[in-house]
Amino acid sequence: MNPAVRRGPVRPARVVLVVVLTVLAIGWLFPIAWAVYNSLRDFDFTSVNGYFSVGGFTFDNYIEAWTRGNFEQTFLNTAIIVVPSVLLTLLLASSVAFVLARFSFRFNIALLVLFTAANLLPQQALLVPLFRLFLNFELSYDISDSGSLYDTYFAVIAVNVAFQTGFCTFVLSNYMKALPRELTEAAMVDGAGVLRQYWQVVLPLCRPALAALATLQITWVYNDFFWAVAFMRTGDKLPVTSSLQNLRGQFFTDYNLLSAGSVIVAIPTLVIFFLLQRHLRAGLTLGATKG
Amino acid sequence: MADTAVRESAPGLGAVRRPPRRPRGVRTLSTGDRVTVVLMVAVPTLVVVGLVWGPALATVLLSFTDWNGIGNIADINPVGWENYRNATTNYPPFGPAIEHNIIWLVVFFFGPTLLGILLAVVLDRELRGSRIYQSIFFMPVVLSLALVGFIWQLIYSRDQGLLNAVLGTETDWFGDPDVNLWAVLVAAGWRHTGYIMLLYLAGLKAVDPALREAAAVDGAGEVRTFLRVIWPVMRPVNVVVLVITVIESLRAFDIAWVINKGRNGLELISTLVTQNVIGEASRVGFGSALATIMIAISTVFIVIYLVQVMREQR
Repeated sequence: MNPAVRRGPVRPARVVLVVVLTVLAIGWLFPIAWAVYNSLRDFDFTSVNGYFSVGGFTFDNYIEAWTRGNFEQTFLNTAIIVVPSVLLTLLLASSVAFVLARFSFRFNIALLVLFTAANLLPQQALLVPLFRLFLNFELSYDISDSGSLYDTYFAVIAVNVAFQTGFCTFVLSNYMKALPRELTEAAMVDGAGVLRQYWQVVLPLCRPALAALATLQITWVYNDFFWAVAFMRTGDKLPVTSSLQNLRGQFFTDYNLLSAGSVIVAIPTLVIFFLLQRHLRAGLTLGATKG
Repeated sequence: MADTAVRESAPGLGAVRRPPRRPRGVRTLSTGDRVTVVLMVAVPTLVVVGLVWGPALATVLLSFTDWNGIGNIADINPVGWENYRNATTNYPPFGPAIEHNIIWLVVFFFGPTLLGILLAVVLDRELRGSRIYQSIFFMPVVLSLALVGFIWQLIYSRDQGLLNAVLGTETDWFGDPDVNLWAVLVAAGWRHTGYIMLLYLAGLKAVDPALREAAAVDGAGEVRTFLRVIWPVMRPVNVVVLVITVIESLRAFDIAWVINKGRNGLELISTLVTQNVIGEASRVGFGSALATIMIAISTVFIVIYLVQVMREQR
């Protein structure tokens, strides 16, 4: 009935709750912990003693995984894809969002729909035409070994940008609508053009949203697997997400090595997770709930 | 929580109490500014239309043709619904793929999605270490689904996996077509749960505390308060969670592809499309028909989603 009555039976329930949560949480951490634990152990040791054992600790798996997975190259490739993709996505999304938030014209809602929905389509729905488009889009051999857009970074970057712009536009336009209108109006009275209002007044105010989206986009584009598989052929150009395939043997797989590789791939996003979790959460939830 | 943190840090947001005036029309602008505005909209629109909507439309059109991907566009012949007939009657992996996608959706909905909601409701209350629990459940969300597949291989592997060592079995959890879909669902659900929890937590934070207090004063228990008071206010978030679950289930691809390219028990519509398009036997029209089926299903849910979020726009 009232708090005093309820407090009695709540205590044991609370204990049960905490126990259940703790067990769940340990179970949740386990797969990652298991990968880290075994990545630090010698294959010969675990194959004799089984994985249920202690000992045989070594760092060699990481050294071998790094070279066999060609991580030096693939991390560079990922950076070549991620950095321009995220910057371009934010630039395009913020400029549309600015116009949608600051001006009213006939197609406001229609445009917002066009952008928001684009990010929800299944990627496979775009695969056929894009694959053919890139293959048939001829480029000089100076810039593309394949003589077309296929198998180039341009293709993967362009698709990532197009696919992610929608989501960011939606989030940013909501954010910009919440900014006080007086700010741009004051800037306009001072004679600032549209471009300056956008770049010098509105964008700096959007810093929190931009930071959240950038964090989220870095994670997403880093994690992208499909576009790279679809539009890349040359092994030397593939991003980190595909490195792990190199560590898997045709007939036999060294799981300690694979664990080390998995941890290497996970580290950048886990670092983001630990350092920038606030932004990551903000980015994810800004889009889904207007809050 | 997180999203409110972001909003609060927008300077001057709280200072203006007046409702915002209506946005300006474009007409009041100078010519130069008008050009700028047009460019700011036109360039991104071209990118999105050219690389997302155009291709999606082309996929639908190609699904009614016999194009094999080679040769002139002029050689494309319309074939009506033939690709769809072939897919449904003459293509053995189709049935299993549809079945697997539906299983994926149902399991995701009743498993990770509900668990995520439950965790959010529990962790939303005053509880010691709530933030730590939240972080732990959220952690797998930052890993790609392909990587999740690799991480779980250490648990599922037949010869060296943990699960067989514990159970004393000799199952190839990712390879055996009788069990691999379920094994994959556990791994994928591990990641999905935290995502849903996070979305729901954000929604719950936005619920007016006065509602809970009023319910408590009326003598409603916690379960009753949730079902009668919180759940109805959470409708927008519920819709978003539902749509995300459906779309994620339909899009599921990476993990099946890294395991065995979506064969042998892991057929999904997404993997069939990919196999038909980028494999050696490039069956463009046929692959497009499969992709169009994906578009059709997702369109329904995209519309539901849009109706919800655009309503909130006002």
